[in-house]
Amino acid sequence: MLELRSMKTYYGNIQAIKGIDILVERGEIITLIGANGAGKSTTLMSICGVVPPREGEIIFEGESLVDMDPDRIVAMGISQVPEGRRIFPHLTVKENLDMGALLRRDKDGVRRDIDYVYSLFPILAERKGQAGGTLSGGEQQMLAISRAIMARPKLLLLDEPSLGLAPLIVQQIFEIIRQINEENGTTIFLVEQNANQALKVADRGYVMETGRISLTDTASNLLANEEVKKAYLGV
Amino acid sequence: MDLDYFFRLFFSGLTRGSIYALLALGYTMVYGIIKLINFAHGEIYMIGAFTALIMATVFSFAGMPALAILVLSSIIAMVYSSAYGFTIEKLAYKPLRKAPRLSVLISAIGMSLFLQNYVLLAQTSNFLPYPSLLPRIPVPRFLQGLVSGPQLIIFSTTAVVMVLLTLLIKYTTMGKSMRATSQDRTMATLVGINVNRVISWTFIIGSFTAALGGILISSFTGQINFYVGFIAGIKAFVAAVLGGIGSIPGAVLGSLVLGMAEAFAAGYISSVYEDVFAFVILVLILIFKPSGLLGKPEVQKV
Repeated sequence: MLELRSMKTYYGNIQAIKGIDILVERGEIITLIGANGAGKSTTLMSICGVVPPREGEIIFEGESLVDMDPDRIVAMGISQVPEGRRIFPHLTVKENLDMGALLRRDKDGVRRDIDYVYSLFPILAERKGQAGGTLSGGEQQMLAISRAIMARPKLLLLDEPSLGLAPLIVQQIFEIIRQINEENGTTIFLVEQNANQALKVADRGYVMETGRISLTDTASNLLANEEVKKAYLGV
Repeated sequence: MDLDYFFRLFFSGLTRGSIYALLALGYTMVYGIIKLINFAHGEIYMIGAFTALIMATVFSFAGMPALAILVLSSIIAMVYSSAYGFTIEKLAYKPLRKAPRLSVLISAIGMSLFLQNYVLLAQTSNFLPYPSLLPRIPVPRFLQGLVSGPQLIIFSTTAVVMVLLTLLIKYTTMGKSMRATSQDRTMATLVGINVNRVISWTFIIGSFTAALGGILISSFTGQINFYVGFIAGIKAFVAAVLGGIGSIPGAVLGSLVLGMAEAFAAGYISSVYEDVFAFVILVLILIFKPSGLLGKPEVQKV
């Protein structure tokens, strides 16, 4: 479904991604784990066209995303829940959801999906008239995920959804991620520092170190891998 | 105290405030979205007024009725000015989107000077008489002697524009996209907003209302030259800062406060220093409340 081929991304003269290959199959949950500054978020921003790669290829459903405008990429069916959630602080919860569905023309479908995300996260229905910036961290994460779902993406990119949240909320968020994948068949590309949690929900994983992919395997093998255990699982 | 005099000053302040508001909207919307003080905005106002003058002259030679002249020449001038606003952004600001903010600001000042001098060369440096395009409407008896028909037209037109703009910003997809873009441009991109289009529309809408302000005030004062946009632009900018730059209700409030302050200061203190008051207010605001009356203080996220 999505393929990165020796993709290289730069910020000015600084090379953040040093040629990576990643393959995401339809219906999978893929996780990309690694330390702070390894280039995980940059990878997602490159896929979305916000920081386009300088070399290499990004192929999504047979089309190249390199040099495609970001709004066209969203229209192709890729949505991102960015790091730090990036809720529009002065828009209401409902307006934030509307922004997620901006490119859709099927009004009935949008209404159904609003009900769907309210059923996933009932707290959002309670807070729908409230400004996004007034929500708690966990609620904002729920809103950020819901906003991305509102686009009905084929591929959902999630950047550190567990960051800064209480363990109980993290559990709930990962549960929902699995649910979205199972119920809607949405393919999921999950970037995480919380390697343990991420590998438990994922089918396959990639390990990233300073701009390179150092290891890739099935999630269960990575969980058992001695190096991964020592470096990322804290065992 | 002479109450009639007070009310005359009040309505004169309201007239100025309305015009500043039509102009300040453009400053505040553009700032909200691309964090640029568009110094060429005052020139759009001037070009709008000039275009309406030219069109009105042509139409009156053609012997059209007064109302048709007003409506047609205003619409043509507003559309033409919007095209200017759109083009200025594409030529002078868009190529500098990733440059430091100072570069864009200098580009804006350059654009302002260029347009002033272009009109100076194409027209003349003299003040030209401006026809009173506004229809003579009857003034209600209790307001007679305090306010004139054209002033009433200026207030009501401004009020209608404000209401329409509020509805546009609050309920339309374009309005929501504009708000989202001003709050987080990267995220706006990620939900599929075409940010370039939003920026273009912001310039178009701002130019539209600025041109309307130019036409209204020139018909009211009865004269125009290439320099009118500069001083009006600076004052509307002060009004936008006073209200809190980036905030639309703030721009309207700031404009009314500034208009009133100027009118009362000119009436009760001295009209010689009329233009000074705006800048005194600017200095005071920058010292004591830099975020403006309704502005939100900028929070630096770490």
